[in-house]
Amino acid sequence: MNTNTPSEAAIEAAVQAALRAWPPDPTHTLQVLRETQERLGWLPEAALARVAASLGVSIATVRGVVAFYSFLYAEPMGEYRVLFSDNVTDRMRGSEDRLREVCQKLWVEPGKVSEDGLVSVDRTSSIGMCDHAPSLLVNGRPVGDVDARRAEEICDLILARTPLDQWPREFFAVEDLVRRSDVLLDDPLRPGEAVRSALERAETAGSGPQAVLDEIKSARLLGRGGAGFTTGVKWESCGRQPVTPRVVVCNADEGEPGTFKDRLLLGRRADLVLEGMTVAAYAIGATQGFIYLRGEYRHLLDHLLATIERRRRDGLLGSSICGRAGFDFEVRIHVGAGSYVCGEASALVESLEGRRGIPRNRPPRLAEKGYLQRPTIVNNVESYCAAALIVRHGAEWFRASGTERSCGTKLLSVSGDCERPGIYEYPFGVTVRQVLDDAGARDTIAVQVGGPSGVCIGQDEFDRRIGFEDIETGGSFMVFDSSRDLFEVARHFAHFFAHESCGFCTPCRVGTSLLRNLMDKIRDGKGSQHDLVTIEELGRLLRRASHCGLGESASRPLLDTLARFRPAYERRLESSAVEPAFDLDGALARARRMTGRDDAGAHIGEGP
Amino acid sequence: MSEEVQAFTLDGVEVPFEKGQTVLQAALAAGRHIPHLCYHPEFRPHGSCKLCTVEVGGSHATSCTLPARAGMKVESETAELNAERRMIVQLLFVEGNHFCPSCEKSGHCKLQAVAYDLGMTNPRFDHFFPDRPVDASHPDLLLDFNRCILCELCVRASAEVDGKRVFALGGRGMGKHLLVNSPSGLLRDSTAAATDKAVEVCPVGVILRKRVGFATPLGARRFDERPISEQALDYAPRPPATGGG
Repeated sequence: MNTNTPSEAAIEAAVQAALRAWPPDPTHTLQVLRETQERLGWLPEAALARVAASLGVSIATVRGVVAFYSFLYAEPMGEYRVLFSDNVTDRMRGSEDRLREVCQKLWVEPGKVSEDGLVSVDRTSSIGMCDHAPSLLVNGRPVGDVDARRAEEICDLILARTPLDQWPREFFAVEDLVRRSDVLLDDPLRPGEAVRSALERAETAGSGPQAVLDEIKSARLLGRGGAGFTTGVKWESCGRQPVTPRVVVCNADEGEPGTFKDRLLLGRRADLVLEGMTVAAYAIGATQGFIYLRGEYRHLLDHLLATIERRRRDGLLGSSICGRAGFDFEVRIHVGAGSYVCGEASALVESLEGRRGIPRNRPPRLAEKGYLQRPTIVNNVESYCAAALIVRHGAEWFRASGTERSCGTKLLSVSGDCERPGIYEYPFGVTVRQVLDDAGARDTIAVQVGGPSGVCIGQDEFDRRIGFEDIETGGSFMVFDSSRDLFEVARHFAHFFAHESCGFCTPCRVGTSLLRNLMDKIRDGKGSQHDLVTIEELGRLLRRASHCGLGESASRPLLDTLARFRPAYERRLESSAVEPAFDLDGALARARRMTGRDDAGAHIGEGP
Repeated sequence: MSEEVQAFTLDGVEVPFEKGQTVLQAALAAGRHIPHLCYHPEFRPHGSCKLCTVEVGGSHATSCTLPARAGMKVESETAELNAERRMIVQLLFVEGNHFCPSCEKSGHCKLQAVAYDLGMTNPRFDHFFPDRPVDASHPDLLLDFNRCILCELCVRASAEVDGKRVFALGGRGMGKHLLVNSPSGLLRDSTAAATDKAVEVCPVGVILRKRVGFATPLGARRFDERPISEQALDYAPRPPATGGG
C-alpha cells in the first residue's frame, strides 16, 4: 500500500496555493500542475480534476499535459525522489555503478518506488551538471560529484529521513568551473548600464529603438543556441509587426546533453541576461517577457526571482523603466518539467501557453504569431548577454573578436575525458585541438560538438574551427579518449532521442524507437550489415522528413559514427549479410518431421 | 471578380492555386494526388504524418502546410520520395497492430489504401506489438486503439465541429496515445455520439459504429473500386460539414 497518497484537504490546499501564484487561466496549466506537485510530491487524480475544473480545461487535456512532461507524476513517488543524470558523460564517470549501489542499499528498483514509499530512484536526461559528473537530483536539488562515498552518504541520509535542509550544504553547492573567460564573462557591466546605453543610443541617433536594432544588426550577432539565426533581423521583423503586445522570451531550457553554460550565466550573470531581455524589449516595443527555465534548473528559480524583484525596485523592470514614460516591461518565469523538445522555440512557446510541448507548423513564424498569437522573439540566454554588451560597448567592439562571419565569443561547456572540465569562453574560430589542449584532454579519439544533435568528429578533424562557417554549436563539447567505445556513445544518444521525441510526426515518433532497438540489437550481438543499411536509410528519412530539429538531428550521432567509426559497429555484427529474426532451418526441421521428408529439397541450401 | 490566376508546377505540370491554399490543397483541387493521411479536406492541415512530403528547391517540405507560391517547382512523384513515403507507411504499420483481413475498415481504410498505392509489400521493420486495450464501453461506438495512427483528426473534429472535445492526446514519443475526455477515461462516460463528426473522420478503423459491420461487402468498397491516387478530387478542400453521415 502506498503511504504517500495525500488527503483531500491536502490536495485542496496545494491546488489553492498554486492558484494564488498562478491565476486560473489555461495558459497556467503546466505551472499550476508543477506547483501543486511541489507540495504533494505527485499528482493524484483528484488534484488533476481540481486543476482542470479551476482552469477551465478538460480533464483529458490535463492528463495529456501530465503524461507529456517527465517530471510530472500521475503515480505516487517516494518522499525522496532521486534522479540520476543519464548523460553519456555521467555514465563515463560511473553513474550506472552509483545507481546500482544506491538501489541496492535503498532496496528499490530503478524506476520504482520503495515498498515503504520512502524513496524512488530513476534516471533522467542530462541535468546540466556535466562538469560535476556523475550528478543527480534529489527532490529537484542537484548534487554533483557523486562518488561511491557520497552515494552512500545520500543513502544514509534518506534512510534516516533527514530533511533536505539538514543535509550537508556542500552536497548542493554547484561550483561553477570557469576555465577561460573573455569579453563576455569578464565584463563588469553593472545593472542598468546597457538599458541606459540603449536609451542614449536612441536619443543620439534620433531614430529611437531602431538605433538599437541597427547596432545589433551591425554587430552581426548570431543566435547562440546553435541555429545561428541573425538576432538583429529576427528582432527587427518582430518589431515591425503591427500587433501589440509583443513578447520577449528567454530560452533557458538548456536541454542539449553536455551543455551547462546557461546554468552558469543564470546563476552568476542573471542581471546581464535580464539586461539583454530589457534591451530587446525596448528595441522591439515589447511589454511582456518570459524566462522559460528548464525544470532541472528549478534550483536557480529563487535567485532569478530575487534578481527580477531587485531590478523592479531599482526601476529597471516594471513600468517607466529608467524613468522613461511608456517603457514598460515585466518578466515572469515559467519552469519546465523535463522535456528536451521544449528547447525548440515554438515548442517552448506551446509549453509557455501551458500545453504539451509540440513544435508548431511554420508559417507563421513566431516573430509574427508567437505566444498567444502575439509577435514574439525567442533567444538563447547567451544571446541576450551578448546583446546587452553590444548595446553597451558598440558593434565595433563586438566585431573585434571572433571571425568575419562569426563575431564575438562563445561559451563552451567542456566535459568528458579531460583534466579540466568546465566553461571555456573563446573568440569564435578557435580550433577543436586548442580547446582539447587547454582542457587537458589526452589520447582523444573523438569529440561530440553541439551535443547529440551536433556533430561527432574524429582525430583527423581536430583542426576544424568552432564557428558558423565550420562547426556550429550551442556549446556542448564532450570529449572521448581511446578507452571509449563510440558505438556505445551513439547507442546512448539513440536512447536519448527515442525518450525525448514528442511523438507528433511519424518519422521521429517511430523512427527514433526503431533506431534505438536496432542499436540494442547490434549491442546484443544479433546485428548484421543489413541492420547498418536500415539505420542509414531510417537516418536519412528522419533528417529529411521530420517535423522539427529534434527529428532532423536524431539520427546524426548514428550516421556520424557509422561514417567515422564503422569498425566499432562491424566488430559486433554476427554475420555480414542478413541476420533473420528466426531460425529458418529450425522451422523447416519441424516441417520435415511432420511430412516425413528428409530429401535434399527439404533442406536449406541443399536443393537439387 | 476574377483574380489573376497564380500557379506553381507539380512534377513539371502547372497547378493553379487560390490565395491561402497550401501546395497539397491546390494539387488536390486540381485533381493531382499527393499521398497523405492526417490531412482532411474539411480541416486545417496538420502536418504530422509526413506522407505528403515533397521536394522544393532541393529541400523537403510538408506539402499540406506549405503555402503555395507562384513559380514554385514542386516534385512529388519521384522514386526517392515514394520510397520515403513507403517507409513512413511501414513505420505506421509496425507501430500499431494492423490486421487488415479482419478489420471492418478494410477497403475503406486510408492507411491500407496508401500502402497499396505506394506498392508496400511487407512491413520491413520489427513490429512493436503495443498493448492497446479496446474501449467497447459506449452503446453505439467501439474504439480500437490498435489501429490508431495518431493523425489527430478526431481530436480536431470533436473540438472544431462537434464542439465537444471528446478526444485529446497523452504521452509522448512511442508512448503517445489517444485519450478520451471523461472522468473514467471511458467513451461511455464522455459526450461522444455516433453522429459526431469525430466518428466520420477517422481514416482508419479506430472509431467504429457498432452493429453496422461489413454493411458494404469487401471488394465493393471505396478503395476496392479505384486506387486512392485516382480519387484526388474527393479530397479537394471544402468547408466543414457536420457529422451524421
